[in-house]
Amino acid sequence: MASGTTIDVAQSLSHEMLRHWYEQMQTIRYFEEQVIEFFAKGLISGSTHPCIGQEGIAVGACAALEPSDLILATYRGHGECLAKGADPKKLMAEILSRATGCCKGKGGSMHLCDVSHGVLGTNAVVAAHIPISGGVALACQTRKTGQVTACFFGDGASCEGEFFETLNMASLWKLPLVLVCENNEYAISVHVSKSQATPNIADRAQGVGMRNQVVEGNDVLAVYAAMRAAVEHAREGRGPTFLECKTVRWERHSTFSAGRYENAEAAQKWRKVDPIPRFKSHLLTVGISEGALEERAERARATVAAAAEFALSSPPVSPDAILEDVYEP
Amino acid sequence: MGTVTTMRQLTMSQAINEALREEMRRQPNLILLGQDIGAYGGTFGVYRGLFDEFGPERVRDGPLCESATVGFAIGAAINGMRSVVELEFMDFVTVAMDQIVNQAAKMHYFFGGQIKVPLVIRTAIVSRMGMGSQHSQSLEAWFIHVPGLKVAIPSNAYDAKGLMKTALRDTNPILFIENVKLYSTKCDVPEEEYSVPFGRARVMREGSDVTVVAISAMVPESLAAAEKLGAQNISVEVIDPRTLNPLDVETIAQSVRKTGRVIITHDAAKTGGVAAEISQRIMEEAFDYLNAPIVRVAGLDVPVPSGALHPMVVPNQQRVIEAVLKMLGR
Ligand SMILES: Cc1ncc(C[n+]2csc(CCOP(=O)(O)OP(=O)(O)O)c2C)c(N)n1
Repeated sequence: MASGTTIDVAQSLSHEMLRHWYEQMQTIRYFEEQVIEFFAKGLISGSTHPCIGQEGIAVGACAALEPSDLILATYRGHGECLAKGADPKKLMAEILSRATGCCKGKGGSMHLCDVSHGVLGTNAVVAAHIPISGGVALACQTRKTGQVTACFFGDGASCEGEFFETLNMASLWKLPLVLVCENNEYAISVHVSKSQATPNIADRAQGVGMRNQVVEGNDVLAVYAAMRAAVEHAREGRGPTFLECKTVRWERHSTFSAGRYENAEAAQKWRKVDPIPRFKSHLLTVGISEGALEERAERARATVAAAAEFALSSPPVSPDAILEDVYEP
Repeated sequence: MGTVTTMRQLTMSQAINEALREEMRRQPNLILLGQDIGAYGGTFGVYRGLFDEFGPERVRDGPLCESATVGFAIGAAINGMRSVVELEFMDFVTVAMDQIVNQAAKMHYFFGGQIKVPLVIRTAIVSRMGMGSQHSQSLEAWFIHVPGLKVAIPSNAYDAKGLMKTALRDTNPILFIENVKLYSTKCDVPEEEYSVPFGRARVMREGSDVTVVAISAMVPESLAAAEKLGAQNISVEVIDPRTLNPLDVETIAQSVRKTGRVIITHDAAKTGGVAAEISQRIMEEAFDYLNAPIVRVAGLDVPVPSGALHPMVVPNQQRVIEAVLKMLGR
């Protein structure tokens, strides 16, 4: 169903665009590595769910959206927030529970939000944001704003009742919505082979007559191509798309929960399909120099270092602030 | 001052309908979501005529999926609309509980105030119709336990319209708990615009011997009890909190300072019911004025049985009368 091959898409993009995506993917990677380090140092309480290995989905999908489009994601959504344009400083400060965080420090790693960049929040109850994204899209449709909403979630979420309920309603009402399923093969310890009745999760969309596509999630260009077609389809008022992006989870579920793999090798499988080196070798073949890419990687490191510095030097949340925002006055 | 108020009698159902209709006219971004709410007018007919006036986009009849319906309503609310969801029986809040408790109630807080959730969830208690254990619960206590939600529970047409008007101009998630038994009850409702603020209890009848704090269908039951006790020279003050969160403790405490005796009554099962919370708040505010232990006249701690058996479980005016007499040693 894709509107063009990956190669076609790559050729239609400027080198500047490609270098920018590379930098975004690197930023997400370094950001998550920094978060893991902060967790290990005891600077983050609770847990955090790195999206390492899934950067291609965040960047490819968000690149196909307009700045005014809207996204919702999960606790594993740092990458989508960054890719959609949220300020890394405010995100890092939020994850460190600082007063300068995007949610004033009260959301933490699993509840990030930046309305000014169309990030309508990340959610920690599996699949609960899926119907909410349907409502966000319904509001866009009813108010005729022309915006498209994208909702990111995992393979585990696609087993929840609210997922099925939303699939039906979104299709029924032809909502301007793209449901992006990041099938990273695991829900904590449960492998998709133990949770899915069909080989592709996207098959479920057929049951409600929803446009759907399976895409190689570790290929940022493939994700972008599929997403662009889905976004166009939605923006033209032709309804939602279910996009299943096949990927592989990082070596743990979260910094708190290991999750479970059949063996130590399976836990490292993500490295073999890592979207960053894959994209890099593609960029080298289209004639972008090693030096240019290293420069972008360096910029990504600097962005994350500045975010870390900002977060560490930010004040903690005051006891008064804890009592605020329970109700809108 | 000097404005003439024109009154007419409306049923509680008509009053809620009127509040919605007026606000639908005022607020183009206000939508209704739920099941059977289209031309059918809602399970209990509260939406009669709204579909004809506002059409299928704003009175959006949807598939049977309470959880996603509330989720959709939240999504629309955080994205520039105001949503009202009808959950047909209060018992079915269970199906949408995650969306209400983990999502609607908390988003404003954990997103640091960036997100607003102007959402009203209307639902009805059906405890007095003999529809059995899965269609008869009064679950209001669950929601006062969740910071971030507001809970309104009117007992008559005037308050229902006024509270609904307030709810539809608030920007927080609100549980608006109606009662099927009260839908057909009538009272004077002004033609003119008015609203009833949240957090202000109403003294329904003044008295000096005993305070009865009554909720929802127990308000008319308690008023009837007070009338009968009046004939025996017992003066009962009846207070309807009207909203449970925010709760107007001061009006209740003031009454207790006057009467020294208080009974709290609701249909909901006694254990963990809102009477327990109100009782504690009275002790915090007016303990020194109490001449007798606080008494609860509540539903028995059993599932509400079917058919003709429900009156054995759900309280009524007779049980209020007995409690007052016992409290006064008569
Ligand atoms: C309703 C609910 N059930 C269980 C959990 C605990 N939990 C957190 S993440 C997770 C796995 C979800 O897997 P998936 O949807 O595949 O996403 P992934 O973590 O792989 O990104 C579970 C079970 C939860 N947060 N919410």
